[in-house]
Amino acid sequence: MHRFANPGRFLRMTDRLLPACGVLTALCLGIGFYLALFVSPPDYQQGETVRIMYVHVPAAWMALFVYATIALAAASLLIWRHPLAAIVARVSAPLGAGFTALALATGSLWGKPMWGTWWVWDARLTSVLILLFLYLGLIALQNAFENPERGQKAAALLALVGAVNLPIIKFSVDWWNTLHQPASVTRLGVPAIHSSMLWPLLIMAAGFTLYFLTLLMLRVKSEILAARIRALKQAATARD
Amino acid sequence: MSGFLRIAGRDLQLAYRARGEALLAVAFFLLVAALFPLALGPEPRLLTRIAPGILWVAALFAVLLSLDRIFLADREDGSLDLLYLAPLPLEAVVLAKILAHWLSSGLPLVVCGPLIALLYDLPAAAYPVLLAALLLGTPALSAVGAVGAALTLGARRGGILLPLLVLPLYIPVLIFGVAAIDASLLGLSPRPQLLLLAAFALASLPLATVAGAAALRQALE
Amino acid sequence: MSAIVANDLACQRGGRPVFSGLGFSLSAGQCLLLGGANGSGKSSLLRILAGLLPCSAGSLTWDGAALDQDPLHHAGRLHYLGHLDAVKPALSVAENLAFWAGLQQGRHGEEALLHFGLARLAGEPARRLSAGQRRRLALARLIAAPRELWLLDEPSVGLDAASREKLENALADHLAGGGRAVIATHQELGPAQAGRLDLNAFPPRHPDREHAW
Repeated sequence: MHRFANPGRFLRMTDRLLPACGVLTALCLGIGFYLALFVSPPDYQQGETVRIMYVHVPAAWMALFVYATIALAAASLLIWRHPLAAIVARVSAPLGAGFTALALATGSLWGKPMWGTWWVWDARLTSVLILLFLYLGLIALQNAFENPERGQKAAALLALVGAVNLPIIKFSVDWWNTLHQPASVTRLGVPAIHSSMLWPLLIMAAGFTLYFLTLLMLRVKSEILAARIRALKQAATARD
Repeated sequence: MSGFLRIAGRDLQLAYRARGEALLAVAFFLLVAALFPLALGPEPRLLTRIAPGILWVAALFAVLLSLDRIFLADREDGSLDLLYLAPLPLEAVVLAKILAHWLSSGLPLVVCGPLIALLYDLPAAAYPVLLAALLLGTPALSAVGAVGAALTLGARRGGILLPLLVLPLYIPVLIFGVAAIDASLLGLSPRPQLLLLAAFALASLPLATVAGAAALRQALE
Repeated sequence: MSAIVANDLACQRGGRPVFSGLGFSLSAGQCLLLGGANGSGKSSLLRILAGLLPCSAGSLTWDGAALDQDPLHHAGRLHYLGHLDAVKPALSVAENLAFWAGLQQGRHGEEALLHFGLARLAGEPARRLSAGQRRRLALARLIAAPRELWLLDEPSVGLDAASREKLENALADHLAGGGRAVIATHQELGPAQAGRLDLNAFPPRHPDREHAW
């Protein structure tokens, strides 16, 4: 990890890894979509609409995975002051928010045929909605200061506080949902997973993860280059 | 210990000298609670059903209003620098301020809770549970709110940013606080919910002092 | 001889370098006056000495031990006076001073108020004070609890000649008693033999390209 504290070395590594990552991402997502849309069987209860699960579930997994990544980067920034960690955290927040929004949108689309409404206060959907608010808070806090370093450190601390609270929030939302369970079934019924459904799901999850990693490397690289331009400009104005 | 008491005492003294402002927060609490019957109609059964939720949401909003008092004034007049240099750990300073905030902003809400219960015609059996829930829940609101206040010190639009950060973290208190009162309305024991509130309060205090101190250090530069 | 020694000190604020390569030595009984244009880092240096700001490079030691080794202990041996007065308008003059004096375990609150001519106003709420009086209240902290190191940022701003003289007397007593002081000021202050440090002489060095993030 500390080897990559040198931006030059990090850039050389990403230059080597990016093309491979991009190709793998395209492959995984391509195979995953094909399996999900054409090969996997329709559910006996939900019919073809179950195929939305292949986007919704991996998106929800990614929403949590990216938050965990941000929390790890936050700890790394605050404890070891790793410069790369600040950039990873800053860049990942909008990506995580995107996955969360995707999970919510696909959850809503999935539920419409089943319940007849665009939204239902299912335990999982509600938790994902709260996760979206946590992401928005991170992004807002990051950008709320004149000094960008202060913004990054504040957002890092908030990410850790949020990470500690997430299990508690999830627990309380689950409790709340069981208290108010109306007569009709509101659980987003993920059917019992059979291997013909498991493989496409896992491949889609892998594809999403690779997609995230590719985007992450791309954006960190562009942030490093932007920082270099700023430093050069600073040095140039100081000389004059 | 004496430094801790001195800091908490001064915050309480300042709150007392500005007690008109504390009454404003209480008035806001009552006003929000009064809006809902106007919005939804005064049907008694409906009001009793939604009373616990309204009460807690109004309490959350009222606490949010008072949160910037914790650190902002000290930062603006230079006291925060001196508190940082005081002969006690910054965590103790934060804890002292959380305690003072709860006593000056949380307790008034606890006292007013029964008044709102009256407006919503809550049955008498619910009153003790209401008081217990507010008493156990409001310290956590002060603690978590203090972390948010420290994080947003010096931020642009800090006033609107603070609720955005803090409200998601308040959700467990909201859910268990309402569930406790609902349980007593249904004739069930509210013990599990009250215990969960107590646990959340106990857990949030030490975490909030550590996180709050860390956030204050970030704000020093 | 326990000296405060700064070596090759550099400072960054808001991501921008402020000064670099700064060095000085301060022993007991000595006073160091900081000069330099606005933005040259006088306030930042005082905050670094107080432990409120970390230095981005170099070393700062007191008697050989780094200042940030034991922050609480270090905070306990200094007085920091910034631009702001830390005065609460709702409390009285005496209450304001008693709070800080009590926190810092000082017992000379009345003496301090007397020295700076505030004894008459002790019971007045601080919101009735003029700017100069508020500054004097802030200065009273320095005497109320004796501390070894004084870090003063523009202490005489808003003071009339009589009050400035009181500050000079307090400073002279402090130095004579073995204390030391670092003062950022545009005005003539302190003993004639005070050391001077011009921060314009330590312009910031910019980080090299290879390590820029």
